[in-house]
Amino acid sequence: MTPSLALNLALALLLLGMAGWAVLVRSTQAAVIGFMVYGLLLTLAWARLDGLDVALTEAAIGGGLTGFLLLGAAVRLRSVEHRAMLQAPGLATRILAALAAGSITLLLAFAVLTLPSPAPSLAPAVAENIAMTQVGNPITAVLLAFRALDTLLEALVLVLAMIGIWSLADDRVWGGRPGFAIAHDASGILHYAARILVPIGVVIGGYIFWIGADDPGGKFQGATLLAAMWLLLVLAGLRDAPRVSSQTLRLWVVLGPLVFIGVGGLGSWVAGSFLGYPQGYAKLMIVAVELALLPSLTLILGLLIMGAPKREIGR
Amino acid sequence: MSLLLNLWTILAVSLGVFFFLAGTLGLLRFPDVFTRLHALTKADNLGLGLVVLGLLPQMNSIHAMLKLLLIWLLVLFSGAIVSQMLAQAVRSGKLD
Repeated sequence: MTPSLALNLALALLLLGMAGWAVLVRSTQAAVIGFMVYGLLLTLAWARLDGLDVALTEAAIGGGLTGFLLLGAAVRLRSVEHRAMLQAPGLATRILAALAAGSITLLLAFAVLTLPSPAPSLAPAVAENIAMTQVGNPITAVLLAFRALDTLLEALVLVLAMIGIWSLADDRVWGGRPGFAIAHDASGILHYAARILVPIGVVIGGYIFWIGADDPGGKFQGATLLAAMWLLLVLAGLRDAPRVSSQTLRLWVVLGPLVFIGVGGLGSWVAGSFLGYPQGYAKLMIVAVELALLPSLTLILGLLIMGAPKREIGR
Repeated sequence: MSLLLNLWTILAVSLGVFFFLAGTLGLLRFPDVFTRLHALTKADNLGLGLVVLGLLPQMNSIHAMLKLLLIWLLVLFSGAIVSQMLAQAVRSGKLD
């Protein structure tokens, strides 16, 4: 057995074990932590498959951000978890659930095992046409030129998700600030961490964003890092969470999607198709869209974690 | 020369892995949060540090070496912060 095969095998076994743990463990919080570890292992798996862009996104969004959201949900559910555990579903429900889940697993396994080999791939087409987009990273070329519509819809979905979370607010606190007021403690450890880490994190976030044109990286990964730095500032009490009624905040949130749609409209006017880029200006357009999306995504991802407004305006 | 560098990598990474093993063992076996934190920092500080030092000669640019060192420093920093916060939470009775 070659060392590389042994490593892959160990990784696959760990992934399966972690997935089993996340499903079977009784405490919701433990399951979520299992899910986050699973995300980290999946990052390693993607890196082993040379999918560095996917690995970065999995680490930032799949394991990190989603894990954090689920952890928040687990904490909120803690008070009712015990009661929910007592109401165990009947035998028939369990058998039905097991059958449904089992058949989905079988279908997926069947689908994966019957994939044609070599798998149908658009990679040669991308490699042939990447010069037109003037970017060096094929992933970025696919996300922002060949399949730009998908990326636009992705950004819009995030805005909708944020509105969905905001709409969970009580009427009394609508328009107020999310989260609880955090007292700033200048001698506290978080104050120190925020002072040191935030400047470094902002530089690294900007670097990951900028390098996305030619190497693995991009706006989503960069924005996640920037959002994390913003959250650190808020948690340390150095900056309060924004009022969700703030017009400036809302403007920045929709700026990215609006610029994206604007560039798309320009395409249907100049280049003859929605989201088409005029000859020779592709790189400029892509950078403009990415640059506009970065602050919007940073705000949206941060606000998703901060949750629904909890405090009245003025408090 | 390259043989020497490779030997150095093997030695340092193996030693680093040993500290990771020892740290994990401590995490599983030690009786309370404080001693477990103590075990964890061994893996972060010495384990990762030795792995990074061992990998340095395998990098083909100063740029990549600096990135590796930065990763180590960031892990050191976040490890120190998180240990402090966990220990504080335990001492103030918010966690057990």
